Amino acid sequence: MGDKRIKVVVAKPGLDGHDRGAKVVALALKEAGMEVIYTGLHQSVDSIVNTAIQEDADIIGLSVMTGGHLHICKEVVERLKEEGAGDIKVAVGGVIPSRDIPALKDMGVVGIFPGGTPIDEAIAWMQANVN
Amino acid sequence: MSDVARYFKNQKDEVEKVVYPSGIEVKPVYGPADLAAVGFDYDADLGQPGTFPFTRNNFAQGYRSREWTTRQYAGFGTPKETNERWRMLLGAGQTGLNVAFDLPTQMGLDSDDPRAAGEVGRVGMAIDSLRDFEIAFEGIDMHKVGTGLTINAVASIMMAMYEAVAEKYGFDTSRISCTPQNDIIKEVLGRGAWLYDLDAAVKLIGDTIEYAITAQPRTYPTSICGYHIRESGANSAQEMAYAFLIANTYIDEVVKRGYDAKQFAGRISYNLNIYGNLWEQVAKFRAGRKVWSRNLKERYGVEKPSDLMLKGLFAGGGSGLMKAEPENNIMRGAFYALAAALSGAQSTALCSFDEAYAIPSERAALLSLRTCQILMEEVGLRDTVDPLAGSYFIETITKEMEQKILEEMADIEGRGGMVENVKNGYIGRKLARQAYEWEMGIERGELIKVGVNKYTTSREEEVQLHEYNEAWQDTQIANLKEVRRTRDDKLVAQRLSELAEAARAGKNVMPYLKEACLAYCTVGEMSDVFLDVFGPYKEPNVI
Repeated sequence: MGDKRIKVVVAKPGLDGHDRGAKVVALALKEAGMEVIYTGLHQSVDSIVNTAIQEDADIIGLSVMTGGHLHICKEVVERLKEEGAGDIKVAVGGVIPSRDIPALKDMGVVGIFPGGTPIDEAIAWMQANVN
Repeated sequence: MSDVARYFKNQKDEVEKVVYPSGIEVKPVYGPADLAAVGFDYDADLGQPGTFPFTRNNFAQGYRSREWTTRQYAGFGTPKETNERWRMLLGAGQTGLNVAFDLPTQMGLDSDDPRAAGEVGRVGMAIDSLRDFEIAFEGIDMHKVGTGLTINAVASIMMAMYEAVAEKYGFDTSRISCTPQNDIIKEVLGRGAWLYDLDAAVKLIGDTIEYAITAQPRTYPTSICGYHIRESGANSAQEMAYAFLIANTYIDEVVKRGYDAKQFAGRISYNLNIYGNLWEQVAKFRAGRKVWSRNLKERYGVEKPSDLMLKGLFAGGGSGLMKAEPENNIMRGAFYALAAALSGAQSTALCSFDEAYAIPSERAALLSLRTCQILMEEVGLRDTVDPLAGSYFIETITKEMEQKILEEMADIEGRGGMVENVKNGYIGRKLARQAYEWEMGIERGELIKVGVNKYTTSREEEVQLHEYNEAWQDTQIANLKEVRRTRDDKLVAQRLSELAEAARAGKNVMPYLKEACLAYCTVGEMSDVFLDVFGPYKEPNVI
């Protein structure tokens, strides 16, 4: 655990508007003492990556419910690298079938939190693995 | 907190206190003194079923005279796949359709828009133009079958397209009936598929209601969704209060155009949520029917009994269903359906047990339908109207719930009304906070979900999932290209410019939308006209 506050961008990429999970996680991370920037809905990959760079975030937490997580995570990881911001970590939560976890890890997504993951577990993971 | 009740226990594990999410505290025993304490009066508070204030039921004979209608939410892939699923559900005894649209359609994007990539046909049916509705509704008797159109930001477009397809197939459009969801205020609070500036979007809903008065008299032009507000964290009293205030906002929009609420108030319907505690839900719907009918009568002078009824879908909520041990959700769904029946629901639907994983498989969707049918046919729910009436407990908490709903309404009205408190984030912040507290309640074990935080097992579940077929996107895009190739481009341009002009002039856009649909303008083209004229909605920060 580092000595500076963890800064996280909680993002809702794409067209899906189911943001209860993202908001709950954002509030929980905030309560845990982290600095949270919530992007709001309908964000493009570019705008999420730009926000994370501008805010000098440590990690992006993506919330994806539609099944499009593989596609979206890959784009975010690649865009970060292109922008020379490969040090910003990427995590994803939402409707994530277990069979997709190896592929997400392979593309460089470091934290994977399928629906049903206890929030305390996600917070503990952040504190141990970010910074 | 916003789902199950909170139970406070002593060291011997006896329940000492029960508090419902709406704040109602439940006593161990109820009797005549409790009814006296809340001022219960049979005639004023209940009345006979089928009479004002409709607390007991909208109809004198309840389910004796008509079973509830069951409308599972269905639609995926291209219109052809959806048409096949609909025919299966109608063949299995379902009595109406409830259309799911994919996200690009809900967000006003055509299937070939780059922003739609990977989402075409994924969570619902892709609709780009009238051609797609022609395929989807092929062989469906549009005089007989009513259709819910689960879409909001572009609901006006879909309502116009529904009329256009009915006309093409030779149906009398004054006899068709659709129920576009068409509730943008809840969409902003709960489901997130919003597009245009909120004031303009409310005006669009006014257009649909105004248009339906003469053009589609059997249509229910808006279905107010407490459902999604509840799913975002509202408790039962807030769900009803916010829904009623949203309805009033739309009514006011049409009344200010010179109409009398009597002309259309009876065609406003509701989509409300069933979840959590059985008794609280029964109280919510009984009190809700009463508050709504009194609201219409006292605030708007509506008099006709059938116009004063709270009509609509009382459907099993999704957020009460859990990912752990998914088959437990079949049982949860059955109890939600029981709550719906004991509440006198006219129409019902259940989330399917596998929805925490993906959109429902065919087997899961059929199980949900069967659950509703078994309740109606096998266990006695058609026997008598409002079977819980007269219970000291139920009547007391129904009165208490009525009070809570009125308090929540007064709170928002005192702060400047629904639209203002959506825009300034007051309601959004409240809902997000309550959703967070509920999750924390589960994590701390204060709110019990079986198999999640009590009686847990480490069993891994295998769920057979509905698969997304990547080929749907290619097929849909090819079909769209064909439409673009064969339509009259000049006519398309003309219809779109007429639509823009009407929108700019503040005219009712519905007749222009219908003409644009008939010219095979695409959903994306029509929606872009609105985005251009009205501008986008700007979301307040509620975190």
